[in-house]
Amino acid sequence: MTATTLRRTPIYESHKRLGGKLVDFHGWELPVQYEGIIKEHLAVRERCGFFDVSHMGQVFVEGEDSRAFLEKVNTNDIGRLVPGKAVYSHLPNERGGVVDDVIVSCLGARRYLVVVNAATADKDFAWFKRQAQGMEVRLANRSDEYGMIAVQGPKAGALAAADFPAVASMKRFCALEIEVFGQRSFITTTGYTGEDGLEFIVPAGIAGRLWDDLLSKGRSSGAAPCGLGARDTLRLEAGYLLYGQDIDDDHSSLEAGYGWVVKFDKGDFLGRSVLVEQRDKGLKRKMTGVRLLEKGVPRPGCSVLAGDRRLGSLTSATYSPSLQAGIGMGYLDGDVPVGARLSVELYGRRLEAEAVKTPFYRRGHAET
Amino acid sequence: MPRPEACRYMKSHEWVSLEGGTAVVGVSDFAQGEMTDVVYVDLPKVGGKVKLGLACGVVESVKAAFDFYSPVSGEVVAVNEGLAKDPALVNRSPLGDGWFFKVKPADPKETESLMDWGKYQDFVKAAARP
Repeated sequence: MTATTLRRTPIYESHKRLGGKLVDFHGWELPVQYEGIIKEHLAVRERCGFFDVSHMGQVFVEGEDSRAFLEKVNTNDIGRLVPGKAVYSHLPNERGGVVDDVIVSCLGARRYLVVVNAATADKDFAWFKRQAQGMEVRLANRSDEYGMIAVQGPKAGALAAADFPAVASMKRFCALEIEVFGQRSFITTTGYTGEDGLEFIVPAGIAGRLWDDLLSKGRSSGAAPCGLGARDTLRLEAGYLLYGQDIDDDHSSLEAGYGWVVKFDKGDFLGRSVLVEQRDKGLKRKMTGVRLLEKGVPRPGCSVLAGDRRLGSLTSATYSPSLQAGIGMGYLDGDVPVGARLSVELYGRRLEAEAVKTPFYRRGHAET
Repeated sequence: MPRPEACRYMKSHEWVSLEGGTAVVGVSDFAQGEMTDVVYVDLPKVGGKVKLGLACGVVESVKAAFDFYSPVSGEVVAVNEGLAKDPALVNRSPLGDGWFFKVKPADPKETESLMDWGKYQDFVKAAARP
């Protein structure tokens, strides 16, 4: 694929100016790093980091049946979502698999914003249209109209609040409709790093300006632009799933260890009966966290064994800058207890590892 | 620390510099930038034999693993112990403190077949073009 076919975000010029190392990420030209993955990772854990997540999609859902529609296509309880609140959720298919993982914000009565993954935006929208048939729902895929900036880390809130005072009173998972440079925008207190932080969803035309402006103001308190490399190490330490890699149409939310996003008592939703059966009969495989006990960096696809028995393979794995150890997670057969001795196969060698609880890292301290 | 102009280079971005009767090897500045943060380097053992063009080590970065192909044939006479404690030396100083190992070359003329600095720069420019 050549550069001319890659899509660029509205913040592209800033990435180039900042010396970002641009790569092809699912058809988008995005920085994998600026100065170094570990440096950027630690900036987020200790201070503040900026991520261009403009490739992500925005679907607006409005209309009389918008709540009933979203209840049907989500595992989480959208019915309880009041204006100004947001929730992480899975979109189940009829087979119990996951169409996408999303953040749903309630903007007002019968008005919602669903932030979807980049690679799945078109698939999700087609899915939504199919599921909305016969319902009084207006769907708008406005992914191309918005830029999105994640500002993450212990200093993110104060930095944003200096320019947007309303942010100061926002707890985690809140959503705010707000003017940025005079244009209608959204701020949600969400993220993908395991730190407190927020995400700006602004019209594409002002995204670059907001990035440059906020980042220059944040520099004095140690804010750093961060690339996809740090985004991946941060999210994996936090135990967050990457759609298409850790979950997909053939793995369920329960198998992924995300039973907390499945609200069985909210009423019917797509795939509910399959998930009820999985819950009641028990799971054959379950997402399990693994930590290496010796030097080495596990990679997605590595086999995980107990003795000589292969239990499964890692779907995500990397070097954890916070733990300074190799970590990973994958679907392992049976119920592997925390502390179980395992080995991870890497280039024909078996490295000692153990099963650990996820997240690998919680705000402020690494799990040990 | 060798000047980049004084080294010879592999297409897989290893460098070799002849200092007296010893060859010092490592990865180029371009390579360390492509690898991203190096977190672990697996080196051959002192006394072991390496052969030009054959894999003899592994560099693990946050993003991926890279085989290290020896740019010279001969016996390994020293390895950079500093990389075990601080693998990021490869990123900070790929031609200096981030060297990999030293070899007593079997044939000092062998490395003349590799790219010189000028050719390597052309090669990198072509490789970096998207």
